[in-house]
Order: sequence, then C-alpha cells, then structure tokens
Amino acid sequence: MEAVKRHFFSDMGVMLGRSMRHIIRSMDTIITVTIMPIAFMLLFVYVFGGAIQAGTDNYVNYLLPGIFLIAIASGIAYTAYRLFVDMQSGIFERFHSMPIARSTVLWGHVLTSLVSNGISIIVIILAALIMGFRSSAGVLSWLAVAGILVLFTLALTWIAAIAGLSAKSVDGAGAFSYPIVFLPFISSAFVPTGSMPSGVRIFAENQPVTSIVEAIRALLSSQPVGNDIWVALSWCVGIMLVAYIFAMRAYRKRV
Amino acid sequence: MTGTAIQVKGLQKSFKQLHVLKGVDLVVERGSIFALLGSNGAGKTTVVKILTTLLKPDGGTASVNGYDIASKPDRIRQSISLTGQFAAVDEILTGRENLIMIAKLRHLKDPHQIADDLLKRFGLIEAADRRVSAYSGGMRRRLDVAMSLIGEPQLIFLDEPTTGLDPEARIEVWKTVKELAESGTTIFLTTQYLEEAEQLADRIAILHEGRIIANGTLAELKKLLPSAKVEYVEKQPTLEEIFLAIIGKEEEK
Repeated sequence: MEAVKRHFFSDMGVMLGRSMRHIIRSMDTIITVTIMPIAFMLLFVYVFGGAIQAGTDNYVNYLLPGIFLIAIASGIAYTAYRLFVDMQSGIFERFHSMPIARSTVLWGHVLTSLVSNGISIIVIILAALIMGFRSSAGVLSWLAVAGILVLFTLALTWIAAIAGLSAKSVDGAGAFSYPIVFLPFISSAFVPTGSMPSGVRIFAENQPVTSIVEAIRALLSSQPVGNDIWVALSWCVGIMLVAYIFAMRAYRKRV
Repeated sequence: MTGTAIQVKGLQKSFKQLHVLKGVDLVVERGSIFALLGSNGAGKTTVVKILTTLLKPDGGTASVNGYDIASKPDRIRQSISLTGQFAAVDEILTGRENLIMIAKLRHLKDPHQIADDLLKRFGLIEAADRRVSAYSGGMRRRLDVAMSLIGEPQLIFLDEPTTGLDPEARIEVWKTVKELAESGTTIFLTTQYLEEAEQLADRIAILHEGRIIANGTLAELKKLLPSAKVEYVEKQPTLEEIFLAIIGKEEEK
C-alpha cells in the first residue's frame, strides 16, 4: 500500500499525459473548447455588439467573463465523454487490476479538465486582447479571477463525472452540458438583465452564472466586487460538493 | 518453481437476483496453462474479476500467488496482469505509447527500451507509431497481451483472448500463449471454444450453472466419456482447415 501511495503523483502525471494526448489529437475538442468561444466573441462584438446597450464603451470587456464560462461549460462535456469511453473499454479494468492508486484513474480526468480548460481560457484571453480587451486589474485580482474559474471548472467537472460514470450512451454522456452552455445567455453575461421581462429577469438575476460573471467583471475592471463574489463562491463550492458526493456514489457503483 | 498459483474454495457471487457463482472450487498449479471453459453467461468473467481484485466475492475464499484476495489485494495486483474480454488498449494512443504508459505505471526503469523490446517480440515494429484505432483485431490483441507482460507478472489472466478474432489471428494468440507458458508464466484463460482449451491447456475446468462440473487434464476428461468405439468415418476437412490451406498458412502444433 505504501508503495502505491508513494507513486500517486507520478501516476497522476501519466494519466494527465494520456488524456492531454487525447485532447491534442481530437480536432473536434480543440474547435469546441477554444475556437467556438472565440467565434462567439467575434459574433457578439462585431455583429450584435453595435446594437447592444450594455452601458460600457468597451463591449469586449463586458462580454469576456461570459465567454470564459461558455468555454468551460463546453470543455467539461469532453471530460464526461472521455470518462464514459474509459468506462466502456477494457482500459479501466486494466488500470484497476494494476498496482496503482485506483483514485488516480478518476482524478487524472479531473486534473486534465483543469489543465485543458486553463489552456483554452489563456488562448481566449489572448484573442480578446487582440480584439481590444483591456484590464486595469492587479495581480491579486487576476488571482481571484483564476480562483473563481478553477472552482467553477471543478464544480462542472464533478457534474460531468456523474454524467460520464452513469450514462448509458455516448450521447447521454455529453447531453447534460447543453443547458449549462445555455445558462450564460439567460444571465447578465451578454446584456444587462434590466431589459428582460420580469419572469426571465428574476431567473437571470438569481442563477449562478450572473453572480459569477458580475464578480469576474468587477475584478477585471477594478470595481468593488460587493456581495457578488460571495454569492459566486457559494454557488461554486455548493455545486461542487453536491456533485462530488453524487459522482463518488456513481463511481463506487461502477467499481 | 512448483506450487500453487491460485486456490479457490466455495466462491459465491450474486448480482441482485442472479446467483452466478454457487460455490466454485479450483486449483491452478504454478507454470501451467489453466483453461476455464463455459458457455456465454456461465460466470467465467466473474471468476476472473474476483481473482484480479476487480470484484469482491459474496462468499468463499481465494488466494492468488499466495495472497488472500480479501486482505492483500495490493500484493496480488503487483504480481498479476489482466487481459480483459475487450481489448484493454488506448485507441487514441499509438502502440508504442500504450506500452510506455503501462511501463511508467509499473514504475519500471527505461520504459522506452521495454516498449521497443515488446514491439519487436510481437511483430508490431512497423505499426508502432500508428494509432491503435487503425490496428486489426489480431494486432490489437497482440498489443493487449504485450501490455500485460510488462513488469513480468508471474500470473496472467486472459479473458476470452480469441473471441472475435479471425482464425489466423487466433493461431497467433495461441502461439504467444504457448511461448509464455514455456517461459514459466502461469496462465489462467477463459474460453467458450472447446478447441482452444484442447490446444492450449494443461488442465481444463468446466464451469456450468455456477459450479465446476468437471476438472482435469484433457486425457482425464476424455475418460469421463464412454470408451471409444472404432468407426469408419470419411474425414472431411473442416472449413477452418480449408480456409487456412487456401490462404497458405500452416497451423502450428
């Protein structure tokens, strides 16, 4: 057992290397998690942007936090997919019958989700900079943004794990992410909620995406974050814990 | 090395209402090829999963390489390899990357050298840097078995190693299994093909309705039948013999 524990991190490294190769070799994944969000950004800034009254002279700045969330939400669909494929093929049983820490098989996917989403966020920031995104935020604010995004990614990754571990088909493993990708559209991510009819507005103002978007937006523009950051963090941590419990239950059922 | 590689007593396992194993007893000698024969759904894979620590039994005891499955699963995992029913290979990686990955997970020195040696031994050098998704069924199985040999486990489990393979590929796998046994590795294989058990195994056990109903060498099992009568039968070649003759391969006995 000691020998198994000692190698936990190197085993995790092997698992990470394996699924990062899966991502790099899948054009589909790269398009969905990086090129699609950038295309959304181009569309909203250069096509719809002129007609949107967001109360800001730099719409890229306004829009970017929502784009982050869309990128992460589409990224974790692939986490569910990769987990599902592993469970179906014999490779999962091979790993489990080897002298490695069994949890690395699952945690390798979680780590991959964090690393790959981190990379796509960086690529999106670079594209946004070219499009005129500017931020006055200092190092601490950027770290806070990174922290919120990591928590958001973890929360969604554990939801993805539930889907990947319990889905009956490949389509089922990915389908759960569509509503999540859609949530930013019914929030303050693209337009202020003030213009929405009251029913939609109540939903938009009280769903997790709005508080997360508002918190990130405030941090990036050096505005006071107010209550939003605490609401955002509570949502992320709350979803993460609940999803983790259900994911582990689904995992134990499978092993 | 002589002794017992696997000892199983009164093994029981149910899935919900289904009583799959109703008390399985068997012994596998070190260095032998043991075949567990049974029809689809007889519980062969369940036995393999319990012995490879993937499933916990409901009752009975079992030891693998001298370690109890309930109390020392980590020790067992150090000393075995499993080649599951569905090729346990990573489709998106190349053959070489698959081998290197397993060598790294077994924390061996020089994973690249190990991969090179196995690619050579299993005739996969040319395909080494192609993705496994482009491999034929036989090549995939060969890679699968090669991955199981990394770290030189004393005991290898092969769960239906030739199901779904064409006759040529099946003979290739048989050859590999025989070579492994000659080098002293114990092999526990399951199969639904009588011929496969006859070809390979030192001892054969038949699993039927949750119990081992017959167990012995091929000669012993033959004695269970009424004594042979002499009959004149015109020998027709089997379709397999015709197939192999036409494609110009000779079955190696």
